[in-house]
Amino acid sequence: MSGIIGKKVGMTSVISPEGKKIPCTVIQAGPCVVTQVKNEQTDGYSAVQLSFGEAKPKNTGKAMTGHFNKANTTPKHKIVEFKHFESIPALGSIVTVDLFVEGEYVEAVGTSKGKGFQGVVKRHGFAGVGGTTHGQHDRLRAPGSLGASSWPSRVFKGMRMAGRMGGERVKMTNLMVLKINKDNNLIVLKGSVPGSKGSYILIEK
Amino acid sequence: MDLIKLVEQEYIRTDLPVFKAGDTIVVHYKIKEGTKERTQQYQGVCLQRRNNGLNETFTVRKISNGIGVERIFPVHSTNIAKIDVLSRGKVRRARLFYLRGLTGKKARIKEKRNK
Repeated sequence: MSGIIGKKVGMTSVISPEGKKIPCTVIQAGPCVVTQVKNEQTDGYSAVQLSFGEAKPKNTGKAMTGHFNKANTTPKHKIVEFKHFESIPALGSIVTVDLFVEGEYVEAVGTSKGKGFQGVVKRHGFAGVGGTTHGQHDRLRAPGSLGASSWPSRVFKGMRMAGRMGGERVKMTNLMVLKINKDNNLIVLKGSVPGSKGSYILIEK
Repeated sequence: MDLIKLVEQEYIRTDLPVFKAGDTIVVHYKIKEGTKERTQQYQGVCLQRRNNGLNETFTVRKISNGIGVERIFPVHSTNIAKIDVLSRGKVRRARLFYLRGLTGKKARIKEKRNK
C-alpha cells in the first residue's frame, strides 16, 4: 500500500469526453520527504514514514528537529507512516504524485468535518417518530424506544443515541484518479473526500 | 494562481461569443440518439448568467406554442456546438425574471444601438 500526504484544495468538476460533468476534489499532494524507513530488525515491523507541510523551526522541538536533520530536510507539520510500500524509498528521498496514474482507483483518508452534538436523525439516519398529524407533536425527530422493559431492565451497550458527530477519521474507498498535474503536485479525485479545505488527506493505493 | 482555476482552465471554452441577459440567442445543442448525433437549435432570450468558472450556466426563455419554456445550459458544456447572437437587448438588470409575468408585446426587449 503506497501512499502520499496531501492537502485538500477544494471541489470542482471536470468534463468527461461524453460531455458529462464529473464532480471532483482537488488535492495538493506532496512532495513528501521520507523521514524514516522502519524495518523488521530494528523496529519490529516495516513502514515508511513520510512528512509533508512546512513547519516553523521555532515551533519544532529539539527532538523533532534532530529527526528531520537525519533526513536532511526542514521541519514538517504532518508525519504519517505507511505500511507495505511497494518499493521502499531511501531516507531523505522525495515521494511525489508520480506514484499514481490517471484512471486507477485509490483510497483517501481524512478527518471529517465536526458537526457538534447531533440528534439521532442526522447522526444515525433514524426516521423520527410518527408524523405531524393524528394529534402527534413534539416527537418528530425523537429516537423512540431504547429497548424492552422488565427484561433486560437496562439499555444495551452501543445503543445508538444523540451525541457528538463528525471530526473522526473517515476512509473513502474506490475513488478514481481523474487527473494528475505533476508541475503543481495536484491530484484530482472523483467525488468527495472527508474534511474541510486545507485539511490533511492521506491518499493510498 | 488559484489551484481550482488551474484545474478548470483546461475545460473553459473561449470560442463562444460574448452575450448577456437580454440578448436573443440561438443555441446549437448536440443531441445523441443511440449512436447518431444531431444538432438542435434553441432560440430565445437569455434571462440570466449565473455562477462562475466552469459552473457558469445561462437560462434561455422562449414561448413555444403559447407556453413559456426555459432551458438552462452550462456555458462550458462540450455539447454546445455554437451560439449565435441575434440581437443585443437594452436591459437595465442582470436577471430578467420579470419577463415571466409578461406576454406578447409587453415581453419585448428594445435592441441596443451601437454608438
